[in-house]
Amino acid sequence: MALDKPYKDVPGTTIFDSEMARKGYHLNQFCMSLMKAENRARFKADERAYLSEWPMSEEQRQAVLDRDYNAMLALGGNIYFLAKIFSSDGKSFQYAAALMTGMSEEDYKAMMVSGGRSPDGNRYIGEGT
Amino acid sequence: MARITAGIGASHVPLIGRAIDTGDTQSDYWKPLFDGFDFTKKWIAEEKPDVIFLVYNDHATAFSLDMVPTFAIGCAEEFAPADEGFGARPVPMVEGAPDLAWHVAQSVIQQDFDLTIVNKMDVDHGLTVPLSLMYGQPKKWPVKVIPFAVNVVVYPTPSGRRCYNLGKAIRNAVESFDEDLNVQIWGTGGMSHQLQGPRAGLINQEWDKRFLDRLADKPEELADIAHVEYIRETGSEGIEMVMWLVMRGALGDNVTELHRHYHVPASNTAVGHIILESQS
Repeated sequence: MALDKPYKDVPGTTIFDSEMARKGYHLNQFCMSLMKAENRARFKADERAYLSEWPMSEEQRQAVLDRDYNAMLALGGNIYFLAKIFSSDGKSFQYAAALMTGMSEEDYKAMMVSGGRSPDGNRYIGEGT
Repeated sequence: MARITAGIGASHVPLIGRAIDTGDTQSDYWKPLFDGFDFTKKWIAEEKPDVIFLVYNDHATAFSLDMVPTFAIGCAEEFAPADEGFGARPVPMVEGAPDLAWHVAQSVIQQDFDLTIVNKMDVDHGLTVPLSLMYGQPKKWPVKVIPFAVNVVVYPTPSGRRCYNLGKAIRNAVESFDEDLNVQIWGTGGMSHQLQGPRAGLINQEWDKRFLDRLADKPEELADIAHVEYIRETGSEGIEMVMWLVMRGALGDNVTELHRHYHVPASNTAVGHIILESQS
């Protein structure tokens, strides 16, 4: 019997479940390696060469090079692991969040200060459209 | 006999730690958040707990995908603040309480909860930010800490009901420890927030406030909340609130709410804070 995944109809959201954790295993372990300063230095010196040391798909490597966080999420990345990439870039969680929503960082910050994104219209895929 | 006298709920946003570490707590952005902890700082200085049983989650810091324990209890003598990729926070070492931690591990496992025993572990902002919120910036933390990590990162995460019942088992365990200790239990994380994908930035103040309203007297209702409701209503990272239910379960049937604070936003997150005193 298939596992129950009642969260599949939540829009704009990837749940890091067994399927994603398997898909993203090497991508996420690469991210963990950036916790060490020496690895960060090697990654920054030649990103493609460093990525080639990890048995990831070419799609995953390209998403990292492009800093395309939505693509990384779809390819099994988990946000707390991906945070090691934007931290290595000197970027904040708010920067990354804004990027994933397609908003400017300024607009995103303003949205948060005025109470954040409402759940209304954001509970189910296709809702309100 | 050791007693669990009170519980604290508090969010653990990394940027709160940064505001404390860089002396930015009185700026327009941060002051309203930190003001809500003034009461707690005074209260805890009078309460002087001996040990904090600190329920938190690791954010891909001590646990990579190599190992993902559902419930992990820190039994070490001490725990170092982790380097999360930009240097460790400038906070003191965290002193453990290994005698009590091992006692709780033994008792709780015998009550059918399979804990992972951890003897070496760095602790990330999930644990150190709540300590900073309650104790400020001391040279040494004035309390011993038992870190208790709950997996809320890799699904399946434990259910709210499981967390609530685990709290009850922790209470039994602490009360069967012979030494006379004042123990507090803290549940950290939440409240509504989503850090990933096009829906990032989701906040649900109404839902959060109803959660706080029911925490003291209707915990059974909260224990029934399904994962998908947390995800849909409070954002993908709102699931951290199951850790507040471990805290609530450990306080016994009758509790009194002493203090509450709610503020939006800290970075991407709705910050909730509550103090509950155990009456039974």
